[in-house]
Amino acid sequence: MSLQVVTANRLDDGLVVFLTADGGWSENIDQSRIADGKEAGDALLAEASVPELDTVIVGPYLIEVEQQDGGLIPTKYREVLRTKGPSVRQDLGYQAE
Amino acid sequence: MYRYDDFDRQLVLERTEQFREQVKRRLSGDITEDQFRPLRLMNGVYLQLHAYMLRVAVPYGTLRADQLRQLGYIARRYDKGYGHFTTRQNIQYNWPKLAEIPDALLDLAKVEMHAIQTSGNCIRNTTTDQYAGAAADEIEDPRPYCELIRQWSTFHPEFTYLPRKFKIAVTGSPNDRAAVKVHDIGLRMHQNDAGEVGFEVIVGGGLGRTPFVGKTVRDFIGKNDLFSYLEAILRVYNRFGRRDNKYKARIKILVHEIGVEEMQRLVEEEWAQIKDGSLRVDDAEIVHYIEQFAPPAFETLSDDDAEFERRKAENREFSNWVRSNVIAHKQPGYAIANVSLKPIGGIPGDATDTQMELVADLSEQYSFGDVRVTHEQNLVLPHVKKADLFSLWAELKNANLATANLGYVTDIISCPGLDYCALATARSIPLSQRISERFSDLDRQHDIGELKIKISGCINACGHHHVGHIGILGLDKRGKEFYQITLGGDASENAEIGKIAGAGFSEAEVVDAIESLVTKYLGIRETGERFIDTYRRVGMDPFKEVLYGDR
Amino acid sequence: MAIVKNDSVIDQEWVTLDAEADLPSGEENIIVPLARFKEERETLIGRNGGLGVQLNPGDVPEDLANDLDRLSIITVNFPAYTDGRGYSYARILRERLGFKGELRAIGDVLRDQILYMHRCGFDAYELKNDDDVSLTKVRAALKEMTVYYQPTGDGRATAASLRERRRAALKSAS
Ligand code: HEM
Ligand code: SF4
Repeated sequence: MSLQVVTANRLDDGLVVFLTADGGWSENIDQSRIADGKEAGDALLAEASVPELDTVIVGPYLIEVEQQDGGLIPTKYREVLRTKGPSVRQDLGYQAE
Repeated sequence: MYRYDDFDRQLVLERTEQFREQVKRRLSGDITEDQFRPLRLMNGVYLQLHAYMLRVAVPYGTLRADQLRQLGYIARRYDKGYGHFTTRQNIQYNWPKLAEIPDALLDLAKVEMHAIQTSGNCIRNTTTDQYAGAAADEIEDPRPYCELIRQWSTFHPEFTYLPRKFKIAVTGSPNDRAAVKVHDIGLRMHQNDAGEVGFEVIVGGGLGRTPFVGKTVRDFIGKNDLFSYLEAILRVYNRFGRRDNKYKARIKILVHEIGVEEMQRLVEEEWAQIKDGSLRVDDAEIVHYIEQFAPPAFETLSDDDAEFERRKAENREFSNWVRSNVIAHKQPGYAIANVSLKPIGGIPGDATDTQMELVADLSEQYSFGDVRVTHEQNLVLPHVKKADLFSLWAELKNANLATANLGYVTDIISCPGLDYCALATARSIPLSQRISERFSDLDRQHDIGELKIKISGCINACGHHHVGHIGILGLDKRGKEFYQITLGGDASENAEIGKIAGAGFSEAEVVDAIESLVTKYLGIRETGERFIDTYRRVGMDPFKEVLYGDR
Repeated sequence: MAIVKNDSVIDQEWVTLDAEADLPSGEENIIVPLARFKEERETLIGRNGGLGVQLNPGDVPEDLANDLDRLSIITVNFPAYTDGRGYSYARILRERLGFKGELRAIGDVLRDQILYMHRCGFDAYELKNDDDVSLTKVRAALKEMTVYYQPTGDGRATAASLRERRRAALKSAS
């Protein structure tokens, strides 16, 4: 079944964040709340799309992920880049930390 | 060079304050993202893959030393120590924080710069020949007209919500280095039969999803009438351009759908009504702007410099650099020096804060404090004494800025692609790096000669792949990056849209594919032919064969 | 909803009819879409009561050229603020055809476009906010910028004209 998490960019600094289990936003995809299946995914996205969050994040959307070595990896390469940083600058983005 | 007066300064400061307020309203929740997005875009603020991106205009590609130094400072203070020079003669920063962008814009305003109209469906930053005012082949310096266009188009109240973005490019030379035929409006300066200098007006060029070479709507428009004529074109476009489909909204589609004759008729009809109005610019005002771009205080020199010749003879590395990166100047004893932002294996167009500061310093020392940004993502010191070229080169070399590859196969245009861009379908930078490494041998590059490779990470064509001699378009095929090759494109005065060679290549295959094209060219070229010349002579088939064999 | 004109909030004195709505029998002030105006021109100008026309994107403002002195108001509809055709219509009405009546922007009229609208010849703005907020917004929008590069029919002095005046003054002083 397809696992999904919600990602967005944080309003003030624009950095990539993920919706966490406690309803907050984390820079670490592994702390994401996971939705299993379409219905759960839609519900998760609905939760992230409420107007109150308009001052916290921008452009929430669902991405598909897989569990690997105890962590979460997006299935699409584009999203992998977002969780890490530019492939051509390994010294920048989350991958640098 | 043009200096802001109090009006220009006031306008930019007011705009900066206005945006500061808008950001404040956004952060406090007064306005929603939907309301804010167009406002931030009008100020050059995008939201990209990893963070916000700030796009700063370099009007007509001309920078003063203090401006470039400030761009370096901004890279350090608000970003991560670098910036990316683009095909639009702009610079992009990839990591600014929204809350800090108003401060960055204020710092820009201090050196008479801004991010106004670097995005949005308005008239964008006007681009021109990077060698303006220096090139030996120039009819006239186009920048006075570019500056007048900048003013006319800045916050134009009627044309801020056009069907789509609008790009104007101007060339003052018969050798078009500004790709004017692939802009919404291209202006080419030339002399009419009466000996007056004016503009050929080309409309409806563009790249993106449906590339077109522009068509001439008027052979000659005099300088005094240029602005009313531009206004007439924009009004026709604003009224009749399609708004039902964003992919069909550029003026190129309007021209294509109604035909160039009808376009001409509409424009001339509109122009007839406004040509004697207040947009007519009189000679005195034009002279005033020409004076602002008066040549610097050149020394009277002989065109031959013995020291320069001696250095060239002695130092092969230097003479290689001169051969590729130094171009004839109109003033005897001077030369145009290109600063390559394409080190072998580097990221095309990226410059660090310290590199920007260094080039700023060097421009003061060697080039009257004048720097240019090229649409091919390099920098230029336009007015260097031949006698100074060697010391300039030595200093550039220390900063990894003296790659001798201008116009060669490793001088690749590349958009940011999937490494940064939210719209991308594939990466483009890593590909340019691998091609660059494959062809790193300088003798081989010289042997191959002029060859323009241009790479875009999606169909929007920011990397100009349609007009690359070899163009590469990155696509997504079931989750895998793959690359489509086009051949025969040309951005010059002989503009041509490249043709797709055939099926795309995987990331692993594509560099070999490019190399096989080059090898083929070397095998069949006639004396003096560039890749593009050979392609024009023999056509697609021989190249297709090396790519696909019997496939 | 509030209409701001001449630095104050004004009453809505106009009824906008669509293509089908019955014409009121009395002396109400009515606004009809351009298409209807063209179809029923004789009836409409024969009525008592004020008459106005609404322009929608795609309309041809020149169609009103011969009737402008019969119209007290023209409303220009911006279904979305991103559809900028109405700016051209306004300038054509004011600067080319010499319309002197009220030119009102309706539809998706937001603070950040009001200055541009004013520069193109609009003198009234229908906003979705209540009276006070609307008035505050229009006032703030109209004074946010003070330097203008383009000559339009709004009468504001352009940077070029001010520079020229200054150059002339300097010349006569020297
Ligand atoms: C990074 C964010 C960017 C975004 C979101 C973006 C978006 C777009 C889009 C949507 C188009 C197609 C427009 C159309 O056909 O109507 C386009 C075209 C273009 N962009 Fe970009 N672009 C970006 C970066 C760049 C960069 C870095 C450059 C220069 C290296 C650039 C230069 C151009 C050029 C030259 C074109 C094609 C010419 C044209 O038809 O206008 N853009 N861009
Ligand atoms: S061509 Fe596509 S991938 Fe490249 S910068 Fe433009 S929009 Fe982004």
